[in-house]
This record gives sequence, C-alpha cells and structure tokens, in this order.
Amino acid sequence: MRIPVSWLSEYAALPEGLSTAELDAALVDAGLEVEEVHDLREQVAGPLVVGRVASVEELTEFKKPIRHCHVEVGEDEPRSIICGARNFAEGDLVVVALPGAVLPGGFTIGSRKTYGRLSEGMICSARELGVSDDHEGIMVLPEGTVGEDARALVGLDDVVFELAITPDMGYCFSVRGIAREVAHRLGVAFADPVAKAVEHPATDEPPHPIRVETDGCTRFTLRAVHGVDANAESPEWMAKRLTQAGMRPIGLAVDVTNYLMLELGHPLHAFDLDRLSGDLVVRRASSGEKLTTLDDVERALDPEDMVIYDDSGPLSLAGVMGGESSEVGPGTRNVLIEAAHWDPVAIARTSRRHRLTSEASKRYERGADPAISMLAAQRAADLLVEYGGGTLADQVADVDHRGPVEAIELPVDLPAKTTGVDYDRATVVAMIEAAGCTVEGDEVLTVTPASWRPDLTDPADLVEEVARLHGYKHIPSSIPRAIAGTGLTPEQRRRRRVARALADNGFVETYTFPFVSRERADELGLDEKDPQRDAVAVLNPMDDAAPLLRTTILASLVGAVRTNLARGTRDLAVFEEGLVFVPSEGWSELEIVDLPVSKRPEDEAISAAIQRLPVQPRHVAAILCGQAVPAGVDSAGRAVDWADAVEAAEIVAEASGVKLETAQGESAPWHPGRCAELRVDGEVVGHAGELHPEVCEALGLPRRTAAVEIDLTAVALPGPASAPEISHYPATLIDVAVVVAEVVPSGEVEAALREGAGELLDSLRLFDVYRDAKLGEDRKSLAFKMELRAGDRTLTNEEGVAIRDAAVAVAAARFGATIRE
Amino acid sequence: MSNDNENQAGLLQPEALSRAVKEASAAIESADSLGELAAAKTACLGDKAPVSLARRAIGSIPGKERGEAGRNVNAARAEITGAYEARKAVLEAAEAERILREETVDVTARTPRRRSGARHPINVQMDRIADLFVAMGYEIGEGPEVELEWFNFDALNIHPDHPARTMMDTFHIADGDGEYGSNMVLRTHTSTVQIHTMLTKKPPIYTVAPGRVYRTDEVDATHSPVFHQTEGLVIDEGITMADLKGTLDHFAKSVFGPDAKTRLRPSYFPFTEPSAEVDVWFSAHKDGARWIEWGGCGMVNPRVLRACGIDPGVYSGFAFGMGVERALMLRHGITDLRDIIDGDVRFPAGLRVED
Repeated sequence: MRIPVSWLSEYAALPEGLSTAELDAALVDAGLEVEEVHDLREQVAGPLVVGRVASVEELTEFKKPIRHCHVEVGEDEPRSIICGARNFAEGDLVVVALPGAVLPGGFTIGSRKTYGRLSEGMICSARELGVSDDHEGIMVLPEGTVGEDARALVGLDDVVFELAITPDMGYCFSVRGIAREVAHRLGVAFADPVAKAVEHPATDEPPHPIRVETDGCTRFTLRAVHGVDANAESPEWMAKRLTQAGMRPIGLAVDVTNYLMLELGHPLHAFDLDRLSGDLVVRRASSGEKLTTLDDVERALDPEDMVIYDDSGPLSLAGVMGGESSEVGPGTRNVLIEAAHWDPVAIARTSRRHRLTSEASKRYERGADPAISMLAAQRAADLLVEYGGGTLADQVADVDHRGPVEAIELPVDLPAKTTGVDYDRATVVAMIEAAGCTVEGDEVLTVTPASWRPDLTDPADLVEEVARLHGYKHIPSSIPRAIAGTGLTPEQRRRRRVARALADNGFVETYTFPFVSRERADELGLDEKDPQRDAVAVLNPMDDAAPLLRTTILASLVGAVRTNLARGTRDLAVFEEGLVFVPSEGWSELEIVDLPVSKRPEDEAISAAIQRLPVQPRHVAAILCGQAVPAGVDSAGRAVDWADAVEAAEIVAEASGVKLETAQGESAPWHPGRCAELRVDGEVVGHAGELHPEVCEALGLPRRTAAVEIDLTAVALPGPASAPEISHYPATLIDVAVVVAEVVPSGEVEAALREGAGELLDSLRLFDVYRDAKLGEDRKSLAFKMELRAGDRTLTNEEGVAIRDAAVAVAAARFGATIRE
Repeated sequence: MSNDNENQAGLLQPEALSRAVKEASAAIESADSLGELAAAKTACLGDKAPVSLARRAIGSIPGKERGEAGRNVNAARAEITGAYEARKAVLEAAEAERILREETVDVTARTPRRRSGARHPINVQMDRIADLFVAMGYEIGEGPEVELEWFNFDALNIHPDHPARTMMDTFHIADGDGEYGSNMVLRTHTSTVQIHTMLTKKPPIYTVAPGRVYRTDEVDATHSPVFHQTEGLVIDEGITMADLKGTLDHFAKSVFGPDAKTRLRPSYFPFTEPSAEVDVWFSAHKDGARWIEWGGCGMVNPRVLRACGIDPGVYSGFAFGMGVERALMLRHGITDLRDIIDGDVRFPAGLRVED
C-alpha cells in the first residue's frame, strides 16, 4: 500500500513539523512495516518550472517529427527547446526542466545543440519526472504560474510511504485505516473519511433490479448516476493521489471507485447502466460458464465462484474483477455504482483458483468493512455528480445479510499475564476502544469488535491489540528460570562427532540441495530394479530438470564435486550429512487422514497420517578425487584410491563408537571389484570404494574417484563401553606369512588368525601382500605382524610360536593356508 | 741394564716430569680433532709415554724414595689426563655442533602432508546456537523435512483459505499420480517441530530446533530455495512476552556480540498472538551500527496449543524463528548468499567460525 503523506494528513491531524523519520517510526510501532519511503521532493534536483509554450515550429527534415518550441519560463526571453512529443499546442502550460536539473536516473539537463537547434531545457513527461509510468506524451498542466516551481503541481512536493500490510490488518489497505493507526500512535485527532457521506435508507424501488441468491454476499448496495458527462476528467487532485498511490487515472467513473477503495478500503464497481440487460443476479456460477475479465483473460467459472449476472450472462467475477461486457468506458453516461461485501474465504478461493489477485480481492480476502458499503456507494455517487455533472437517482438498493458481530470475552488481566506488562483496567479498556471496539463488563470484558476488524475473534487477538496500541517498547526483558535439561541426545552428539572427525581428517563439509534429475539414477548406474530409483517427486520444482528428492546423498553431492572441478580445484575430499527421502511402502494407496485442529488428534490418527510420509533417514557421504597426499618437496604424493573411502568409513565408525566390518561388496555406483560393503554388528550400513568408471565418465568425475555413503540412522548407538585391560608386560612380536589362494579375502584370513590366536593376541596387522611364481599359480602370501601379550607375565618365545601355530592352524583348516617359510 | 735403569730413574726427576707434562699438554692442546686427540693420548699417556715409563722406573730406585717419586708421577699423570679430558670435551662439543650445523634444513621449504578439512559455517553456527540453548536447559528438537500439510500449516493455525498460506511459497510433493493432493510439502519453516514437540512431550517444554527449510525462491544474492532456520519454543506456566524478550536479548548477544539488543515490532504470524518481528542492534555491521531484521516471534497462539492438546488456560508459551544464513552473512560481511550454498570448498575452508 502506497500512501502519500498529504492524503494521510487529511484524516490524521499530523503535528506541525513532524519529520519523515518520526512518521516512519510511528508506522512501524503500529505494526505497519515501512518497505520504502519515496521522498518526491528529492526526485528531481535543480530548476523545474512551469512554462508556457509560446511557439511551435514543426521540423520535418528528420526521420521522426520533431518540434522546435519557444517556451516562456518567467525569464526575459523564451527558451528554445527541442521536443519529440506532439500532444501539446501553443499556449499550453508545461513542465520544464532547465539546465542544471537532474531527473530520476541521474539524467542531467544541459544546454546543447540538437537537430540543428539550440535546446536549453526539456519539456517533461510524467515518466521522465518519475511521477508515473505514463509516457503517452508530455504533461500538460491545467493551471499554474509561468516561471514558478512546478513540483507542487505534479505531485512532487510529497512523501509517499510504501507499507507492507500484514494479513490481520486488512483495514490498513486504506487511508482510513492507516490514518486511524497513526493518529492513535501520535495522540492526534482522527477524522473518519466515511463521515463525508450521508447514509440513505434503501428505497422500495432499487436503481436497477437486483436479486442476491448466494449466502456468500453479505451486503449489496447500488446507487445510480444519470447523465454523466462522458468527457469529464478526474479532478487533478484525485489523479495526482491515484498516481502517487501507484494507480493509473483512466476515466472519472473508474478513478472515483479506485480513489474511494484507497481512501476507505472498500472496493466499488461501476457498471455502464446502458450495457446491462435485465435484472442483476448474484449467485454461484454454473459449471461450463465462461467470463472474460478486464485483464482480457477468458475464465472457465467454477461452481464455487460468486458471479454477478444479467440476462446476457456473467458480468463480473464478484469481489475479484469486473468483466468487459458491462464495463464503464469513454462513452458511458449512466453509471450504476455497486458497493458490496463478500465472504472472505470465497474470495480467497476464487482468487487462488483463477490465479487472479486484484486490489479488490486483496481487500475482500482480508476483510473489508461491511458497515460502510452504503456510504462508499454514496460517496462515489456524490463525486460523480460533482465532477461528472450527472444526476443522482433517488433509488437506493441495500441488500443487507450481515449477521451480528460476535462478542469476545476477555479476562481483564489476560493482557498483563500474556505480556508481562502491568496494564491496569483503564489502559486495557482504552486500548481496546482505540481499536474501534466497544467494551462492557468488569473482571471479564465483553468486547464487540469494530466492523472493520474481522480478524479479532479470540481473546489473544485482543491481547495483541492492547500490547500493540500501548506499545511493544513497554514490554520488559526477563529470562525464564532455567529448567533441568538433559542436553544433546546421543544421536545429536554422534552427528556432531562424525562431522567434526571428518573435518579434522581433511574432509570439507558442504551441503547440496536435495533435488536431483530423473537421469541421475542412470548416471549412477543404478539397476532398473534398484530400490534407490523409487524417489519422492516435487510437484513444483525450481528446476523442471531436477524434480526428485535424493534417495542417496551421493546423488546430489556429486554436484558439489563438479562445481569445484569446474572452478579448477582438482584435489577434493568433501562430505555431507543430511536427510535422504525414501517413499514409504505403498504410501500412495494409503488413505489421507484428516487431522483436527480444534483438539489434539488421537495418537492412532497421527500415526496413520504419518504413515504416508517418506522415510527420512540421516546419511553421511563423502567423495574424494585427485591427490590424497599432495606431491611436495619430500614426496611424490599419492593419488586417491578406494582405500581412502574405506578409511573415511573407519573415521565415521570410530566417531560413532562402533566397530566397522568390511567385506567384498557389489553395489552401484561403485566399481564392482573395488567396493567394500560396510557392516556394523553384522548389519549392512553402507558402501565405500572406487566409483564405477562409467559413473565417473557419465558424471564428468576424474577416473578413480572414491566415495562412501553410510546410513547413520542404521548404525546402532554403542552401549556403555567397558574399560580395556592394560597389561604391564612387554609384548612378544611375531611375524607370520601365510599363503592362500588369490580369491581368499585378506579380511577373512585375518579373522581366522584372530580366532586361532585366542585371547593373548593383542593386535594383528597386515603389512605385506606378495605374489610370486614360486608360490604357485593364483596364490598370494599375506604377511601379518602379531603382537602377543599376557596380563600376568612376559610370554616366552615358545609360547609365542605355539600361539602363531594355533592361529595358522585355523587359517589352514578354513582356507588351506600354509606358512610361508 | 743398569744404565737403562739409571736413564729410567732420570725420568723421575722433577724437572723431567715437569717437562713431560709440558710437552704432553702442548701435544693435547694442539690436537684439532678427536682423531688427533686420540693419537696425542697414546703418545702422552700410553705405554711408551714418559709418565708411563717413569712409573715403571719407580721400582729401580731406593725404597725410601719411592713414595715421593710415586706421588710426583701420579700428579704429572693426573695433570695430563686433566688436559686431555678438557680438550676432549671441547672437541666433542665442536663435533656435536658441526653435526647439528650440517643437519640444518630450510624449515620454510615444506609442503603440507595432509589435506585440511573444515566444517560448514552454517552447521557450525547451528551447533553454536544449540549449545547456547542447551546451556539454558533447552533440548534440541527435530522433525522431518518432507512434512504433512497438517504439521506445516493446519496445526499452526494456517487453515487452507488463510491468506498466510499463499504468502509462503511452498514446494508440494506430488501424489502417486504425479498430481497435486499428496497432502505433503517440504517444510517451509522449522515451526513444524513445535508441533512434533508438543504432541510428544508434556510441558514444561524448552526446545530449539535448528534445521533446513524450503521455499520456492530463485537463487540470488539473498535468496535460496533451501535455507536454515532456528526455531525456539517454550511452554510453561506463567510464560510472558517479557520472557520472550529476555531470551531473545540473550540469544542476540551470543550471535551478534555483547552489545547487541533487540526490539520488537508488531507483526503477524498465524501461530503466534501477539506476534512481533525482532530487530537486533548490530554494532559491528560493515556499514555501521544499525537495527537489522532478524526474525519473527510471539506468544504461541492458544489455537496451536489446543491443536496439540495443551490447555491454554494453564500453560502459555513463546516461539521464535530466525534465519541462520542471514545472521551468518551479517556477522561475517558475506555479500552473496551463493557463496554459502554453491558447495565450493574454499568457503568452509576460508571461513573458520568458532567451533
């Protein structure tokens, strides 16, 4: 809502000398957010004066017609000015920017030679002055004194506030509402603009036959004005205010309805009486009906839409937008003014259904004042008569279906209890009355809200009015007493530890949008039947190419890797912790459960409703490529390989306090021979390894890119740990090399050795894999370092050898392993 | 033989011993390396050294003279040994120093041997906020990101025809046929966690919920369809707007510095009544100290309490919600939100926020 201060001051007696900043503060304190302040006085710098066109010489030798004018600007001689516009004549008063003036956009006026003539200034259009978008031609003034400052005449002597109106303050989509708020805030008098009209009771005969056949129409009033001068223009003050408020003057009848909508907050509609055929009927639409609205769109009407008809069919989408067939226009002489009030919900639905928001629908949706419909129609008629010279018809129609406004019971101490401000009863009553409500009662107040405040329905709404009108700045600051909290949950602590451990080990945390393309599953090489292809889809994605929600983090995290590669960072180790989205089984077949809001839903209902939600486990994933260890003065560096991804999994497991088990795995998008299946307590929780070469190719990643993804939600939280037994005796070190078939996984040999060695094995570590023809075809030697230790003595060499042999015996029995001598 | 004995006895003469000491000291002093010193040691203290020969000669002199001669020889030998030890210490120190000098490297000629990692500043910021509230006794609430409309709207007093419902630019989840009507959305605010918390816990409730939210905004310098909020919720007996104000003041100081303060402006949210916008006084703003918009807050609307089965006649509460990105941008002078969200590793690596 744009409101010029001059208009505001007509109804709120603003104190002399009130600064823009003070008014700004008053608006903000009232809950009216100031989005922008346009100080029109600063819009044009330098000399801007009224000029009279003394002579016009048409220059025809150029591509387009050009005028060379002499313009009197109050100096000894008229100024020579070149002008491209043609909508003025000799003797017209125009606005002239003289050399030195600076127009909006930093356009400085100078004295220069153009089209072979001297041009010492500029004759301005409304758009050049930033007054409106009108560029039809230059501004011709109806009145003015040659040589005087022109700012006041074109509305550049004002300050315009642009306000954001919250949905509960619909009445502030009007000068009336804003003036009321400002007057209260500043403690000055408020004059209600509706007082300018006198209410007339309905007459037996309406100005035009009318039938209201829907309960969605709360009030419908009509006045008619006959014999309006078809050429009558809106008075300058009205056009100026409309322009400042951001609307375009069109013609008297329409301008009057727009002007009053801005001033009163009550939308009005003007019909051309001569274009109506038969009775006006207000009812819900029938399906199949069509209406072309004023924005030139043909709309298929819905049976819920409220529509105004005559015998010819639908005329107007009630409360939202008029239709072309009955619109007032340049030839209109007889005007029927409608001021109606509609059900806000019905208007909101129609507006949303047709994706059509108008100045009228915005106001009706938030609740216009049904008490002033008749007065608004009357004001419109009065203005039409005054400036259009018509005759007001005696007939008055007023179909009034308003119900009583429901009173609210407010315990007088509730505002204090809610806000912590010690309001006394008098203050509470005064504030509620300042909101236009009537108050009765003592301990419990019975409050009847103002007709323009349909948002006031609950005691809490009145509490807000008291706090707001008294001023939020009076609310003190205190902190509630601390309660006995239990801190972060184990899952939350783990999530942090995992992220911090990865960061401490050289991984950079990032996060990616969870939106992925349908093709991403192919790029990741997922099998046709891979369950990871079953994804949740967004109906209205930002990017139509990425409508799915990720089922793995890697699916979106590769995007971050590509961004970095494109920017020239080649050595990367990135990770992300976040949710993935897996459709719950058969969700789309499940019934949608309606949950109540008037009371707590039953637990069963909540569970049933939540069944449809996707499963949203928390995953952690990492991708590495390039050099794992950078080449440097003392090292040739080392390229990333599959083991770096398994190492990342180890970091995650260690930070989670669990033991990671790995086994040969096979899962997309990994290399089928270089993929480790990750298990915790025997449960598969993820995979790590080198990405499939085709996946790297498809996604533009370097060959040998490694990745890991773990479902953190599936990793059980560790129980209380038991302390290790620390032996005080030195370890006995024995190396053992066993020869096994190539296909036997090292991890399984290691497990067999552990099992065979028994309790005295302190640690076991693979340190060499060796292949040689002498070992035999398809055989390999695995060398391990064993550390043996007892808690009560130093082990002898003989004991050590016995343990080693016992370990090898298990490996021999299981895999035919032999000791390599 | 007797001549030899006489010559050897001559070595026991004090003058001879003193000469031997003098010559030995000179030889030891002139040794420039541990090798030369070893040679000098053999010459001056070895079997054929004058003092060794002199000791052997003691047997050839009369018994009553042997005592004194022995003492003289020992004294001479001790003096030479002393000279030797002293020289050895000097030469060893020099040798040690030489080795250290030789082992000297250019410690600036080094290349890093590890990658350096970093956490994302947004997540660190959310952890810090969580820590602040945990210290105040709060718990950290969570909820799903794909959410039922009831949790995102209805339970928060945003009914289907409410104008506020169109204010939020919501990502809707397609139903089984790819159409509208799944009744699910990507949550537009972390206020959904309020509902989950109130449905599962009994008052008193002190919870904050930092998390990711979604709105259909095109990416630009200040907007992103995916961003983060911190939601706060307190439900207890006798909670007032003053408690809200005090909590926000405390919160503001932790995010914006010790001289931060807040101001409440009347506003509207369906789930709070009264509602307010929170501005914070930020003295370290790059363009000078000023009030900046920080978030929204208010007293939990009794309708929301009722929908969650909490008696508004007994309990009251407050709620607040702040954007995490905005605070981070202001605090660190980040001018383009895209730096935070586009995944470039140089951003987390370059902006180390207190962890």
